[in-house]
Amino acid sequence: MRDVAVIGVGMQKWGEIWTKSLREIFVESALLAMDDAGIDKLEAMYVGSMSPGLFAAQEHIGSLLADYLGQAPIPATRVESACASGGLAFRMACMDVASGMHDIVLAGGVEKMTDISGGEATFALSTASDMKWEGTCGVTFPGLYAMMAVAHMEKFGTTREQLAQVAVKNHANGSLNARAQFPTKITAEQVINSVKVADPLNILDCSPITDGAAAVIVVPADMVKNFQQPGVKVTGTGHATDTIALHDRDDLTVIDSARLAGEQAYKMAGKTPQDIDLCEVHDCFTIAEIMVTEALGFCELGGGGPAVAAGHTALGGKIPVNTSGGLKSKGHPVGATGVGQVIEVVEQLRGQSGQRQVKDAKVGMTQNMGGSGGSSVVHILEVM
Amino acid sequence: MSVGIVGYGAHLPRRRIKVEEIAKVWGADAPSYKKGLELLQKSVPALDEDTITLSVEAVRNALTRAGGIDPADIGALYIGSESHPYAVKPSGTIVAEAIGAVPSCHTADFEFACKAGSEAMFVAYGLVKAGLVKYAVGIGGDTSQGAPGDALEYSAAAGSAAFIMGDDPDKMLATVDETYAFMTDTPDFWRREHQFYPSHGGRFTGEPAYFRTTLGAVNGLLEKANLKPEDFRWAVFHQPNGKFPARVAKMAGFTEEQYDVGRLVPLLGNTYSGASPLGLTAILDVAQPGDRIFMCSYGSGAGSDAFVYTVQDRIREVQNLAPKTRWMLEENTIQVEYGEYAKMRRKIRLAGE
Amino acid sequence: MPSARSWRAYPQTYRLEASRCSGCQKTFFPPRQVCNACSGREFETFRMGYGGTVVTHTVIRTPGDQFQGEAPFAVGIIAMDDGPKMTTQIVDVPLEEIRIGMKVKLEFRRMYAEGHDGVIEYGHKAVPLRE
Ligand SMILES: [Zn+2]
Repeated sequence: MRDVAVIGVGMQKWGEIWTKSLREIFVESALLAMDDAGIDKLEAMYVGSMSPGLFAAQEHIGSLLADYLGQAPIPATRVESACASGGLAFRMACMDVASGMHDIVLAGGVEKMTDISGGEATFALSTASDMKWEGTCGVTFPGLYAMMAVAHMEKFGTTREQLAQVAVKNHANGSLNARAQFPTKITAEQVINSVKVADPLNILDCSPITDGAAAVIVVPADMVKNFQQPGVKVTGTGHATDTIALHDRDDLTVIDSARLAGEQAYKMAGKTPQDIDLCEVHDCFTIAEIMVTEALGFCELGGGGPAVAAGHTALGGKIPVNTSGGLKSKGHPVGATGVGQVIEVVEQLRGQSGQRQVKDAKVGMTQNMGGSGGSSVVHILEVM
Repeated sequence: MSVGIVGYGAHLPRRRIKVEEIAKVWGADAPSYKKGLELLQKSVPALDEDTITLSVEAVRNALTRAGGIDPADIGALYIGSESHPYAVKPSGTIVAEAIGAVPSCHTADFEFACKAGSEAMFVAYGLVKAGLVKYAVGIGGDTSQGAPGDALEYSAAAGSAAFIMGDDPDKMLATVDETYAFMTDTPDFWRREHQFYPSHGGRFTGEPAYFRTTLGAVNGLLEKANLKPEDFRWAVFHQPNGKFPARVAKMAGFTEEQYDVGRLVPLLGNTYSGASPLGLTAILDVAQPGDRIFMCSYGSGAGSDAFVYTVQDRIREVQNLAPKTRWMLEENTIQVEYGEYAKMRRKIRLAGE
Repeated sequence: MPSARSWRAYPQTYRLEASRCSGCQKTFFPPRQVCNACSGREFETFRMGYGGTVVTHTVIRTPGDQFQGEAPFAVGIIAMDDGPKMTTQIVDVPLEEIRIGMKVKLEFRRMYAEGHDGVIEYGHKAVPLRE
């Protein structure tokens, strides 16, 4: 297998993009990535998208997007693993290049979520749960994570205040990110007093509904000298699944798919949690960030709440988490999210992150998660 | 060989609304309902409760009291209601499927205003007596709607009762000793197709309808059975309000001691097809071996089914096996205000409706 | 949900039919074709009882469109006395009284109806166990 590197990234500001369609927002970001790399031809592409059918009434988007990007007839594949679709598309692109099949491959993600009502979007997202055995009782995604939060609070004493601190931190980071959907600082009081969604989670504990796309260009590591940007090497990748029904898990307080995907990536890269300079994690809800920082070994089980409260995961802390603002502030166009995480880490490792730059960042990590943890994709990237 | 009840069970929604709570919305006089009609409160089904769900729970309680009979031996299941959830599609198939009585089972949904439940019992009993089936289930249940502000709104309630009829002497709880049916065409209460709320004939529902029909059945059965009111320990009548069953009992020669246990309506409201069957479950909950029970239903349109039961020794073993009706009625309750009641009964029009 | 999709699951949704792995005795609701503990493929079907315990819970305040007009309602994961866990609504109890460890009993209830002209989906919800 060949070593793989990222040599181009592209992402427009995420948010409610009323004037542009799914294909337009994707092509914009893909062109930014191709321009960043200095290329105009791809050999293959992988696009993560959770449910263009339910969100935008459009399937078959691999071919559609290749065509509108001017790349047909290259092989183009849509990748789906709910909210981990983008991270998985990136992994597929890396595996494609590593295998020697293609040299210049685009990994992208896109979701156009605001063309349907909030209730319809809630339903579309809920299809990432076990629809027959979870969805038919009316549980929503905030509800599933809320049930994890209740179990976590009961077992470890995690507090309402600690949950709020995740949102406060990520919005502070996002306020330094021009591409974030909600680049505004918030306070713990605002989070705790915001509208209830699924107890104990309030609206400011939840990532938003977002339109957005993101794309990166993946090439063999030994080709990076041919491109204009410094290459960032992909040294570890992991992907694990779990029951998609939350109730089928023995322990509701640990996200095993994140733990197992992390172990794979650490082993492949020869790294430990102490070696990671920054990490983008899947904070679809505040409790998710707490549980994932535990699963990836940045703190002990149950230590996620105290860690965020102590500032260990803030910019300048021991392990900055979600320097981009995370899903909370940057937005969560589900299929694009995992690719957006890779972009943040690549830019941090290139030293291009401006005010939110992590000093001397050499090793970064991403963790992208589907459903209530039914899938997780983890990557470790390093400066070359 | 005697045929009778080998299992019985009831189920009531937990929510209750007081007469005052309804009266204050419509500027009505609560004391006139409380004193005049002897109605204090009524049961309110939740959004997720209907005749089928209440009946499944009632039959499960009946199966528990029937002491391990195989549901596959239930050869017939009839459910009487004026609030079947589907206009076309049987309720009985769902109940039978839920208790595991499918596929070898005869099923039909009955409708005869408030008499449909006793009809189901009547036919279930008849099939067992004819030797066509080993066990048969008769169910009376309703989640009735009264138009907002109408007199019916103070009484239209929800509940279900189920009876398993059989002929096993070692399972017998109460034998059916005699039956009688009385029926004429009397339009005192009706609901036309596509109408959400029923219509009624006001005071015409009283003397020429409820009282004439009920007394016709009472007298017919007493004569047929050659019994007198004082031969019975208990009596239960259809109970659209608190006053009617008390008055008809008095007219027929029964005493308050006989009918009071089975008269649930002051705290429950009118459960329509479930009314006299639920009253019977409350009596069976406290009856002693050897007690004779008189039961007479009434359904607008109009008719009455009347039964004589004699309680058997096994009753003592089963009374505590499932929730007792008076416990469900008096203790396991949640009071609601008119707003929640209106939401639960879908009286509020939502977006897209 | 189209009628066939709900119909084929009636043994589970109506009668709580679960399965027990013949190899390792692990229980499953709904039944599976392969045991995720021992890879066994032989199972015996059994009907679960109605008793269980709340493992975790929440209150849904912003439901999907199918549950419009019903919020707020409580949802929980119930560990059934007979082994499997299931997700369902917890009803007929003040929302603030629901606790981890609370004993519940399943009751037959309407789960949802598809619009005003679709099939009504029935199943089981949890109510607090009261004696
Ligand atoms: Zn096994």
